[in-house]
Amino acid sequence: MTPLLTCKEFLAELNEYLDETTRAEIKLKLERHLAECPNCWVICDTTRKTIRVYQGMKPCGIPDDVHGRLMKAFERRIAATSPDTLI
Amino acid sequence: MMLVTANSGCYLAPVFAWDNKVERKMPTETIPVPVPVEVSPEVEEELQLITRARAGDTGAFSQLISRYEGKIFRLAMNITQNREDAEDVLQEAFIKAYQHLDQFQGNSRFYTWAVRIAVNQALMKLRKRRSDRTVSLDEQIDTGEDTMVREIAAWDPDPEEQFSREELHGILTEAIDGLEPIYRTVFNLRDVDGLSTEETAEALELSIPAVKSRLLRARLQLRDKLNRFFKRKGDDAFAYM
Repeated sequence: MTPLLTCKEFLAELNEYLDETTRAEIKLKLERHLAECPNCWVICDTTRKTIRVYQGMKPCGIPDDVHGRLMKAFERRIAATSPDTLI
Repeated sequence: MMLVTANSGCYLAPVFAWDNKVERKMPTETIPVPVPVEVSPEVEEELQLITRARAGDTGAFSQLISRYEGKIFRLAMNITQNREDAEDVLQEAFIKAYQHLDQFQGNSRFYTWAVRIAVNQALMKLRKRRSDRTVSLDEQIDTGEDTMVREIAAWDPDPEEQFSREELHGILTEAIDGLEPIYRTVFNLRDVDGLSTEETAEALELSIPAVKSRLLRARLQLRDKLNRFFKRKGDDAFAYM
């Protein structure tokens, strides 16, 4: 029987666990720890929900005026480098 | 670019300070383009836009701008924390990307490449604003205190549903704005934009362990900040670790 992980060891592996990139044997240890430690279970659950709510945010556009000035700056740049402007 | 070990004072992997005293060079790619075995329709379409833009089709580049301007603007805001500077960064980054499009050879995503340019521009902007000292995205992060989980309380299955869309947007924005710029940037690239750890490391010129440690801190800090809004009513919160 392998010893249980400490909470710090669990936390150090939390990213990989949430991203589902943990190796099978580590995953088993993490899940054993989760079953025994309500605190870490809550941390894991609420961190997962934190990521989920941010992923659920609608992608932000940019304000129309910012977009307009960006396109104008791009057009000015093209005009400045266009061979036509050398004539 | 020089990476130096910092004293994190915590149990996480060592972190690296981002020393940008030396101006970072334009990201270039010298490795020949690998031929991908399978390319998604979206990537295929993007590669076609890039090819057309290189051939002088400015409309194609405008489409690339439209695709990524929101994300690049948010990234610039994350770093500069100033709307005027962020807008300058947005313009400079896309114009630089257009000018140097021949250096993009397709062995990373266009967005990753554009992020690298935008980060460089944003850091230059910060350096100009604070001309009397070195600017680093890693300032004030190495105490180790920010890796501590302060409260534990269970949340409902869908805690966000207690709030209107506007309220939720305000809560999430305030929480993420409260993070240090490097944490905010790593979290957005990894968890919101969906870049891999490797792509985030490449875009920000950080090591993979540095991205991982920053992501963990960002996630835990955000969780902590959201706790007061999302914790289940009646649950006692208590200190931890």
